[in-house]
Amino acid sequence: MNDIPENTQKLGVTKMETAAFSENWSPPPFIKNPLLRWGLLLTFILYLSLSIGSLDVNWERIYVGLDRGAKFVYGFMNPNFSGRWTDISEGIIESLIMTVTSTAIGIIISIPIGFGAARNLAPLPVYLFCRSIIALSRSFQEIIIAILFVAIFGFGPLAGVLTLSFATIGFLSKLLAEDIESIDKNQAEAVKATGSSWWQWLNYGIQPQVMPRLIGLSLYRFDINFRESAVVGLVGAGGIGATLNTAFDRYEYDTAAAILIIIIGIVMLSEYISGYIRAGVQ
Amino acid sequence: MTKKLNPKTRVWHYRSRNKQLISWFIWLVATALFMYCWQRVSESTTWFFVWDAPRIAGDIGYRMIPPRWSYINELWEPLWDTLNIATIGTMMAIVMAIPVAFLAARNTTPSTTIVRPIALLIIVSSRSINSLIWSLLLVSIIGPGVVAGIVAISLRSIGFIAKLLYEAIEEIDHNQVEAVTASGASNLQILIYGIVPQILPAFAGISVFRWDINIRESTVLGLVGAGGIGLQLNASLNVLAWPQVTLILILILLAVILSEWVSAKVRHSII
Amino acid sequence: MLEIKQLVKKYQTGDLAIDRVDLTVENGQVIALIGPSGAGKSTLIRCVNRLENSTSGEIWLNGENIVKMRSGKLRRTRRSMGMIFQEYALVERLTVMENVLSGRLGYVGFWRSFLRKFPQSDIGAAFGLLAKVGLDTMANKRADELSGGQRQRVGIARALIQKPDILLVDEPTASLDPKTSRQIMRLITELCEENKLAAIINIHDVALAQMYAERIVGLREGRIVYDGNPDDLKPNVLSEIYGKEDWTNVRKQKTKNKNSIKEIPNTDEHMEEMQ
Repeated sequence: MNDIPENTQKLGVTKMETAAFSENWSPPPFIKNPLLRWGLLLTFILYLSLSIGSLDVNWERIYVGLDRGAKFVYGFMNPNFSGRWTDISEGIIESLIMTVTSTAIGIIISIPIGFGAARNLAPLPVYLFCRSIIALSRSFQEIIIAILFVAIFGFGPLAGVLTLSFATIGFLSKLLAEDIESIDKNQAEAVKATGSSWWQWLNYGIQPQVMPRLIGLSLYRFDINFRESAVVGLVGAGGIGATLNTAFDRYEYDTAAAILIIIIGIVMLSEYISGYIRAGVQ
Repeated sequence: MTKKLNPKTRVWHYRSRNKQLISWFIWLVATALFMYCWQRVSESTTWFFVWDAPRIAGDIGYRMIPPRWSYINELWEPLWDTLNIATIGTMMAIVMAIPVAFLAARNTTPSTTIVRPIALLIIVSSRSINSLIWSLLLVSIIGPGVVAGIVAISLRSIGFIAKLLYEAIEEIDHNQVEAVTASGASNLQILIYGIVPQILPAFAGISVFRWDINIRESTVLGLVGAGGIGLQLNASLNVLAWPQVTLILILILLAVILSEWVSAKVRHSII
Repeated sequence: MLEIKQLVKKYQTGDLAIDRVDLTVENGQVIALIGPSGAGKSTLIRCVNRLENSTSGEIWLNGENIVKMRSGKLRRTRRSMGMIFQEYALVERLTVMENVLSGRLGYVGFWRSFLRKFPQSDIGAAFGLLAKVGLDTMANKRADELSGGQRQRVGIARALIQKPDILLVDEPTASLDPKTSRQIMRLITELCEENKLAAIINIHDVALAQMYAERIVGLREGRIVYDGNPDDLKPNVLSEIYGKEDWTNVRKQKTKNKNSIKEIPNTDEHMEEMQ
């Protein structure tokens, strides 16, 4: 099945016969302009050879590493939960605590920003202000924010919580704003036509329409925050990441595997639960 | 029964008493959980540092400006590496994700009892683990460098691409597949003529979108030694060279904006 | 009494939707507003409720000029104008009762409405109206569980619970089958008579208009081209309203399907969520 994209690509670049009555037929190319088509292909091949050429592969090191890779796979088959159980359990619990706190704070702040970032609700200055907060939050990876927050607030879970809350705002407000912008205008208008006040209009005309999605997105963000909480620990912002880092540093692959399996398990569980809740609020 | 009631005195409650109680209970539990978690966070926080935070933030901000522009000459190569990590990593992920997606989609999987759960497990494992953690693992196994980054990015992307792709496969119009089948096509022909044309736009969109995300992610992989501009970021942070950090952050921002623009452009031209 | 004087509505695109319309609706009078699509029927009643702002002209309701009103005053005036919409425009995810009670929003404070603690008199009135439109057993169903005709009945109850002086009705039957259309039109006109309500009813279907309205106003390209008795609506008048060649087709294009553009699922957004 691997040959599918290759195949279609081949179809795409085959030269088209020009004669209308020619007995040969080949499918029309994907990009019509031949110059652009060949140019793009050539650039791509050139880029690929250049980039692969610039790869500095240390085969010896990789060869040595194969052994370790095998050890990791073996560790995955025989994860060691008990060896460092106190570290693991404390790390996981701290990660979960950070996830709950940051998701809650993030949601509370995201809702007003999301409303402010919806063009059909907010006046232009508010809209621009909220959109720039969103852009700021989305531009940098969590880990960069975490580094800055650790530098500012010191080591510990608070920096992680603030990082994840900040990232949640960018994610949730943006998607909430887009959802608000695509609501059914008629329903909202009908509520307005009854003589409702602005708050009543939000409560009756807008809120029922966006609620299911807001709940779905929040649950989903809970997932993401848990996954990310494992990362911010790498730079000292609390959570399971520190334990994981130590395990890798000491080449304790069985412990690392145990941690990863717990993370995967929790993500699967939370996806299952959130699917259940989402079906309930539809 | 209701017909006989006088409408004027009929009562109506938004929620029944039980539902009301359940809703209060959920709110109570949620609030208590949050308060407990916050307390735990607070316990392990040195509040002295937090109260000092505005001053430190101001101090760092002061040191970050102006950026050290001359440093840029040392950044071109890491930037090129970052691009390569994202691009080659995405391509490798695509190659691996396509079979996984077809094995995971209900309508194309050869067996729903064995193969599909395995494919779904691959997807969820790949998705659950952040590319930085994949990098950590790979740096530990095959040593630091760009290759570790490429492999990490591709391992993380398999789940993403395969998940979206298999959802697209499950949503295809079955009539078209039937029409191709009715013409006497073999299984492979059904795939190429009945299914592939339907998912091709989604596939292209997903790939470009993941490439865009991978550009962002590959900018930080260097923090754990997996190559790219993150290496320079890490080095600058270690020696507290804040003006260099500023420059790197600006560069990352530009790369993110550019890749987002490219991906939006390509996706719109596909649709 | 509603009095529209020299009303003009020009869209930003430059289209003239309403061109110097004068119209007076006496208390308790039911008017059918007919005309081809794009004649400005919807725009006219939306201007009356100020869902759209008119470009110039005056709209007087009970001695006050709606055009000049500020938001607080406008909200109070909107209470006395009940609107019924083409695609029902119920809040789909709320229950029938909440939808009907939303007609009282102009009368109750925010916290009462937020907690759904409406005065018993409102709830009683809502049950009464639901009984009248034959839906009193459905009060706790969600609006999206209802059929088209049932939804429009809820829409009617929502408009009437406002205790309005005038009903503004926009294509009430556009998405309904012929039989239900008649039932809905009869219900609206009966309720108007019973409550001494005036009404402006936008409607495509000339036959329905003739059957249920006491006065017919024909609109073409934003201007009133006919105003009179339903019985005087002769073929030559219809050609004036609908244009010479296509007026016989009027009945065929019954549904306007303004909102039937199929929503394309936003795949971008879905991918966004996946990060």
